[in-house]
Amino acid sequence: MSTEWKEYAPQEGYFDELISTPGNPRQPAKRLVNYLSSLSEEEILSRKMAADATIKEMGVSFTVYTEGGNIDRAWPFDIVPRVISRAQWEKTAAGLKQRLKALNMFIDDLYHDQNIIKDGIIPEFVLKQSKNYRKECEGISPRYGVWAHICGTDLVRDGDGQFYVLEDNLRVPSGVSYMLENRSIMKRVIPEVFEKANIAPVGDYPEHLFDMLASLSPRRVAKPVVVVLTPGIYNSAYFEHAFLAQRMGAELIEGSDLVVKDDDCVYMKTIAGLERVDVIYRRVDDMFLDPEVFEKDSVLGVPGLMRAWKAGNVALANAPGAGVADDKVVYAYVPQIIKYYLGEEPLIPNVETYLCYDDEQREYVLANLDKLVVKPANESGGYGMLIGPHSTKKEREEFARLIQENPRNYIAQPTLALSTAPTLIGKSKIEPRHLDLRPFILQGKDSYVTTGGLTRVAMKKGSLVVNSSQGGGSKDTWIVDTAPAKKKSAEGDND
Amino acid sequence: MLSKVAERVYWAARYLERAESTARILTIYDKLLFDLPRRVNLGWYNLIVINSLEADFNERYSVRDERNVVKFLLGDESNPSSLVSSMKAVRENIRTTRDVIPPETWELVNELTMYVQDNLAQGISRSNRYEFLDNVIKACQQIVGLWYVNMPRDAAWEMLLLGQNLERADSTTRNLDAGVAAIMQVEDDDFAVNARQIIWGNVLRSLNAEQPFRRATRSSVKGPLVVSYLIGDEFFPRSLHYCVAEMMDVAGRLPHSKEVMSGLKSLLNDLPGSEEPEEVGSEFRDMLNDIQVALGDLHASFSKTWFMSEPL
Repeated sequence: MSTEWKEYAPQEGYFDELISTPGNPRQPAKRLVNYLSSLSEEEILSRKMAADATIKEMGVSFTVYTEGGNIDRAWPFDIVPRVISRAQWEKTAAGLKQRLKALNMFIDDLYHDQNIIKDGIIPEFVLKQSKNYRKECEGISPRYGVWAHICGTDLVRDGDGQFYVLEDNLRVPSGVSYMLENRSIMKRVIPEVFEKANIAPVGDYPEHLFDMLASLSPRRVAKPVVVVLTPGIYNSAYFEHAFLAQRMGAELIEGSDLVVKDDDCVYMKTIAGLERVDVIYRRVDDMFLDPEVFEKDSVLGVPGLMRAWKAGNVALANAPGAGVADDKVVYAYVPQIIKYYLGEEPLIPNVETYLCYDDEQREYVLANLDKLVVKPANESGGYGMLIGPHSTKKEREEFARLIQENPRNYIAQPTLALSTAPTLIGKSKIEPRHLDLRPFILQGKDSYVTTGGLTRVAMKKGSLVVNSSQGGGSKDTWIVDTAPAKKKSAEGDND
Repeated sequence: MLSKVAERVYWAARYLERAESTARILTIYDKLLFDLPRRVNLGWYNLIVINSLEADFNERYSVRDERNVVKFLLGDESNPSSLVSSMKAVRENIRTTRDVIPPETWELVNELTMYVQDNLAQGISRSNRYEFLDNVIKACQQIVGLWYVNMPRDAAWEMLLLGQNLERADSTTRNLDAGVAAIMQVEDDDFAVNARQIIWGNVLRSLNAEQPFRRATRSSVKGPLVVSYLIGDEFFPRSLHYCVAEMMDVAGRLPHSKEVMSGLKSLLNDLPGSEEPEEVGSEFRDMLNDIQVALGDLHASFSKTWFMSEPL
């Protein structure tokens, strides 16, 4: 095993999260790498098996939709954690809060005066053609001016080691339960390292989530009724919905458990009759929320929910219509959005983005399809993408056609040299695999960022696709304090 | 508590109880058959009859032998009461109620479901069956024990008690019925006394009642005594009286329970009194059948009162 670690070599041109040059772990990862390389092949394997068994027992699963039915798969997990220094994380967290604050001001502006369009910062047609703009939400003012209360922002590191924002997920971002479960698995699998290294805990997320949700309650009552609205057991993130409800002590609800009465208030059906609901953390997409307003055939939603929300009798998180900022064209404008609303420079840069509706940029994209990653503006889950360098001529021709047919719906980005981390492959091999990071940001009255986030890793050699629906796995993410703490030695931590 | 969650918790408890009683009856049934005189014509198929599963069974199998009966009761997914189906139902119901049940339940239920799936062949083959079933019973009891020591005595707890006691009452009537059915096969000859004793002892064991019965009655195992104990004892947790009284306690603590309560009261009043029945025969079986119908009505009444199955 130890030779594996000594010989592990980061690929040329890629930033490796743990190892700077062969045999040299980065400062925050030193203790971890030293520990892992002290383990024999058998020990590593037995810990991997322990992790797999734990996952199966905990029933951590996600669902993949295929033509042959839905498959519940165990959550693929790599036992080598990804490590980030505390100092770097604090800067990143500040950038994430800044970004969400600006995005919320942007959404609020779009549903009111649309000053950002009047001032010519964003072209009007971007909004006009946005799939996720909801006319029904115009003029509504959610508390604190916040529409996106929960955001999952995908970060990547390019070859230069710098974090970039790849996308903002403002609709119903998922993954936070896996972040929490990954940590509890790791504590069982390598408790020895947790004893010594200064690893920041991640477990306080559900408390912050609950406090934020409770603060949105329209009724000023000591114990507002907070519920989690799930599309049900066949949704790929059902595990997470149940997990969060449980950790928050909130009811896990399906649409059929709720009714909106003539008083425009929302009630849930309980064994004692109807009980008023104050805050709904909804994990159902806008279009299925309320058959009176959106999809008429939706059985997932609650008839009259929008009425109740507009009347201010119930809070919805995220607010309907928040997804308007979850659009890859809007993404390209986020640096300007931050400057416009906050008068600040963005703390975390965007990945360079080409907008296909712009004639000049589209020409460039069409001429360089083999080098670029092309994404539809409104898809999630990594579907409908073209990864230029890995594509066939036929796929490129298909995308050229798609882009020309509907330029507003496509953006392109250079293929990033996504950072890597050592990953256990097969029984005992350690090889570099590409990864990203999804931290979760909460905004109510105040903002909160998870400590680290969910690290997703592409388990296939050379692959850049980290989505769990497409064969990605995940790692525990450690934020490690490397500042020399003098008090430490007094606590008996000698090395 | 949400009506839907209440209903799922109730069913989780019912199916867990059913899984355990299916496992228990199979652990002792072969011993019964070994002990009975050859001339008593009692076979494995009787287990299908007492569980009212004849139609389902006959659709799947033509041979009514041990292997098919055990397979049907343990591993058959088309049998809604098989061990595999029961565990599947427990798992689905726990999966959707994890916010009100101790989280460890989910781990234990997963472990047990996996154990059942991985070792089913062991349960079907005769040589390792006992060990397999014993592990299943222990795992079921572990889950119930986890609930007992950890759960707040809130509405979720009441729903578990309700489901557990209704299922128990049902299982006790079925076991009694099985006993009577077997007794009726015994011919009046020199071996009869012995055979009857074996059958009633078996009924007691299948309800974990042998030792409590002896302590309570200080008597040897005799049919009328066994019947009146299993129906009317106030302390034994699987007696009909106890289960109904327990459900009355629960209903008294739950909202809007008037209708349910009157159903429970009339069932309790209709239970045969503590006097020992003279003869247990087909009339007695009819009475057991009436009790089962009453239990079905009770379930419907729970459903109407607390599960709000119809839209408002």
